[in-house]
Amino acid sequence: MEVVRDLVSAATLASVVGSAAPLIYAAIGETIAEKAGVINLSLEGSLRLSAMVAFVIGFWTGNAVLGFLVAMAVAALIAALIAFASIELKLNQIAVGFVLALLAVDLASFLGDSFVGERGASVPPLAIPVLSDIPYIGQVLFDQNLSVYGSYVLIFASWFFIYRTRHGLILQGIGERPEGAYARGVRVNRLRYLYTILGGALAGIAGAAYSLDVKLGWRETLTLNLGWIALAIVIFGGWHPFRVALGCYLFGGLQVLAFQLQDVLPGLSQVLPIAPFPLMILALVIVYRDWFRRVGDRFPALRGVLASEPPAAIGTVFEPD
Amino acid sequence: MSDFVGEPATPRHEALRDPSATVSPWTRWTGGVPSSLDAMALELIDIKKHFGAVRANDGITLHVEAGTLHGLLGENGAGKSTLMKILSGFLKADAGTIRLDGTTLALGSPQAAIDAGIGMLHQDPLVFPPLTVLDNFLLGSPGRGLDRAAGAEELGEISSRLGFHFDPNAIVRTLTVGERQQLEITRLLWLGARLLIFDEPTTGISTSQRVELFATLRRLAADGLIVIFVSHKLEEIEELCDSVTVIRHGKVVGEVDMPVPTDRLVEMMFGEVVVEGDRPHVEMGSPALDIADVTITEGTTAIREWSLQTAAGEVIGLAGLEGSGQRTLLRALAGLVKVGSGRISVAGTDITTMSYRDRLRRGIHYLPAGRLEEGLVSGLTITEHLILAGERDAFFLDWDTATDHATDKIDGHQIKGRPESTAESLSGGNQQRLLLAMMPPTLELLLMEHPTRGLDIESAEYVWNRILARRSDGTTIVFASADLDELLRYSDRIVVFFSGEVFRVVPAAELDGDGLGYLIGGKERV
Amino acid sequence: MTTRQTRTRMGPTVVSLVAAGVVSIVLLVLVDAPPFEALGLLWDGAFGSADKTANTLLAWTPLVLAAAGLVITFASGLWNIGVEGQIIAGAIAATWVARVMPGPAGAVVPATIVAGIVGGAFWALLAGVLKTHGKVNEIFGGLGLDFLAAGLATYLVIGPWKRAGVASTSGTDLFREEAFLPSTTMFGAEFPLLAIVLALIGTIGVYYLLRGTRFGLELKAVGRNPESAFLLGIPTRAYLLGAFAVGGGLAGLGGTIQATGFHHKLVPAVSGGYGFLGILVVLLAALSARWVAPIALFFIMISTGSAQLDLRLDLDSAFGGVLQGIIVLFVLVGGAWAVWRTARARRRGS
Repeated sequence: MEVVRDLVSAATLASVVGSAAPLIYAAIGETIAEKAGVINLSLEGSLRLSAMVAFVIGFWTGNAVLGFLVAMAVAALIAALIAFASIELKLNQIAVGFVLALLAVDLASFLGDSFVGERGASVPPLAIPVLSDIPYIGQVLFDQNLSVYGSYVLIFASWFFIYRTRHGLILQGIGERPEGAYARGVRVNRLRYLYTILGGALAGIAGAAYSLDVKLGWRETLTLNLGWIALAIVIFGGWHPFRVALGCYLFGGLQVLAFQLQDVLPGLSQVLPIAPFPLMILALVIVYRDWFRRVGDRFPALRGVLASEPPAAIGTVFEPD
Repeated sequence: MSDFVGEPATPRHEALRDPSATVSPWTRWTGGVPSSLDAMALELIDIKKHFGAVRANDGITLHVEAGTLHGLLGENGAGKSTLMKILSGFLKADAGTIRLDGTTLALGSPQAAIDAGIGMLHQDPLVFPPLTVLDNFLLGSPGRGLDRAAGAEELGEISSRLGFHFDPNAIVRTLTVGERQQLEITRLLWLGARLLIFDEPTTGISTSQRVELFATLRRLAADGLIVIFVSHKLEEIEELCDSVTVIRHGKVVGEVDMPVPTDRLVEMMFGEVVVEGDRPHVEMGSPALDIADVTITEGTTAIREWSLQTAAGEVIGLAGLEGSGQRTLLRALAGLVKVGSGRISVAGTDITTMSYRDRLRRGIHYLPAGRLEEGLVSGLTITEHLILAGERDAFFLDWDTATDHATDKIDGHQIKGRPESTAESLSGGNQQRLLLAMMPPTLELLLMEHPTRGLDIESAEYVWNRILARRSDGTTIVFASADLDELLRYSDRIVVFFSGEVFRVVPAAELDGDGLGYLIGGKERV
Repeated sequence: MTTRQTRTRMGPTVVSLVAAGVVSIVLLVLVDAPPFEALGLLWDGAFGSADKTANTLLAWTPLVLAAAGLVITFASGLWNIGVEGQIIAGAIAATWVARVMPGPAGAVVPATIVAGIVGGAFWALLAGVLKTHGKVNEIFGGLGLDFLAAGLATYLVIGPWKRAGVASTSGTDLFREEAFLPSTTMFGAEFPLLAIVLALIGTIGVYYLLRGTRFGLELKAVGRNPESAFLLGIPTRAYLLGAFAVGGGLAGLGGTIQATGFHHKLVPAVSGGYGFLGILVVLLAALSARWVAPIALFFIMISTGSAQLDLRLDLDSAFGGVLQGIIVLFVLVGGAWAVWRTARARRRGS
């Protein structure tokens, strides 16, 4: 009972919201790239390397903003490499992304080795006046820092962009049926570069947020497995920003729950954080069932809530003749 | 003048597309402008497009007046699709000029074609199945912002004038192909298309939808648009078009105003069909393939309660335009398509429910058209293919024996290649020879799709000699072909398919090229 | 592979390897390390003494087995990212047998080996059935199953199989000595001869399976063109599952060696990352079994040797992973780059 009461306390929920923020950047960035048809499998490495780089830049300059910017550039570069290898060189996206994931992880450990244990720059807390005074909600949502507020903005902005703007409609089109978008005058591959790199840059923000905000400092295990988890959450979230964000918050909650249960149920608490993976598999299994498709076509809203099919052209190469 | 003249809906994007324009294409379409229809015409001058050594378009010149429905007729592979892809900006021509309303267009991208007012309706409408009707309508339209309410209004307005009805919030996946076409037509007109290209639009739609589509096409033409209807179906061209251009082997072979006698179209489409040599005569053996009252439905194909008995050693040719049901019948005989009802037996054995692999073991062999797609495996060698096709007796492979065997087969079938040559490195003719070499020595039933498509004459002759040699062993041969000469020359009987059904079964000796051409177009010679 | 293909590939590969070497040296200079001494230490750390050599070879065996299994799945056109989980599942199964089975080493050791193979194959078949019957892409299914296996191992280590009294992620109790994978004393060190024999059997077996058997040939046909393969009479679905089972079985055998030969207990990180590293090995080997064993040896030399960098130069041992990653990335991209440039030059020229 005490566990439950602790869980819903404002302080706990505030920490869930805060710790989920970086994951939201990574997962929504990946959502955007995958909506455009490109799988950036390097996420685990992109997060790790950008977290390290952000910390080092912040440590050297004392400027957290600069740390964020350089981290974005690094992760965007990795994404650009995947886009280039896939679009121009016709290499398998999975192969290149996978190699880059492992490489960037080790590169972060190697280059960041001498910075472990140092204290560097950090994102200062910034309570929003008035809003943070709202009882309970204020403490949970508005007594955070800028990178957390940015995650709220990203959730709504990405949703608005994808579903409420013409460019968002085109984004859906190039991942769904690139030849159809091409017939409508869209420069498919140019946009795929753009969105893959944008997704990478968001992963860079995520990495930087871990080392400059959530868990100040740099160590190898700082973002351990969070990149893979972000990939799973994108699928579980059906490529929809709201559900992806929900997945991130649920994962944040699981982490806190696991922490609380450490003494009571040590076995369970160790295993809880892998929950996104079976949920991902479950989402993929039901989405292809005929009954689900039938129900989904009749009640589009319901489909949106339960599971969504991947963008049809995900992972494929588009060549305009 | 037009039954849709009314308050024109001005597309929101119009001001952005061309700030100086005071008249939108939409207004133009409704008959307001231009005052003189004579000014509007499409001219294609000496269009050339090569793919490697293949001259897909070899100097095509075409003139289409506004306000007419112009047909583009030709066999599969004649070059119609290439020409239309050039016109819609998907392909860049190697040479030639395209003029619309007297203005020379620099095409080369779909956007340029859209800007020029050219709209293409693809055979499989390029819509986005998981998105709503409205989002499909709006996707890619120029301008800023996304005003769904305004979009829905315009969708409703334009579609209702065309006589279409959409639920803007329906998911496009749930729409039929016909409805998807209607959506695309609506969208293209909204974007200001003055020239509409319909690429084989009747493939995959129902009869009633076809009637509706044709009515729409007539109305669009009557309103002063240029409508090009691409087809290989004589009947549709005759029913619909005011004028027709016939293309064969990448060249224009004729441009005529309709109506003209059907045999003229047939002759232009297929060329002079001269059957050379005598059909080899083989004594018919005992009953072999027995198709009894079968019903097979797949996609648009519906063969209903159809029967055919063949004698051992008989050659049955399947004629018809591509996609008329020949492939479905072949695949049903092979065990790849389920038979709805009825019974199929081979040499007295009921095979109706037998699996593909069991039929393969029983000597029923299917040779599909895509040699490298469905027959051979890229990357594997001749030797490896022959092993795969051989007996599954041993687990371990004996490469020396296998290579010797391959060398024998290469000699025996005159394949230009070495045992270690990979399938994709062989020419089409040699790929087909390899496929023949992979067949077991005795067969009950040989099913083939376009056995000589893309082959040079020598290879084609060779392939047929090999195939016909099996007749004396009592093998029944069923083959589909688009080559009338081949059908008339090698078949004993010809089964003519038309729009998904068996149209006629005729002894080949009773037919000549014209007669067969008529039947393929769904007509009986008068 | 024909000689022509080899010839066209060799040039860019050599250039890529040289470039990878240059980049690695630059990285070492960047962290103020003497580059050539560091590279020399890799060799020294891996093969500098009999003990080190024995350790390197023991680490080599699971990597070779995982990589050999991946050659099978790649040949049938599958991206078996679930290989990590299959190693862990094999280790779990072997651990279970080692814990419950009484009797002498002669009985227990073979039983752990069989259990490991079965465990790995079972875990791979889960991904296989998800793919063939549930349309779940094997990449995402496999990734999920990797973490499920890791979670299962962690749960077992902390829960049901926890050390007497303490629940910690440092592992279960040590197995009985009868369950240890036997090693042989040579040159004053414990050489894992049995593991090496198993690894060689695995990799040579895969080579011959693909090269010398009908099953292997049919598997390749399925991987390259499922439609043609089906029309040739090959039951494609069963063959895909077969590929998963064989690949997973080999990975599971690697897991057995990790548990009974190296850790002598179950630990959460029992896979040692050899599954993912195996994917790198196979990508570098151009998906062919022939080069898997030597490339795996080269990679494991880098991995174990880099521990030496930590001790002697105070460099993070992750340098090994960096070097491996850079080599694979450069060879992969370099090869495709060369093809791309020739194609572009031809397009421009025509």
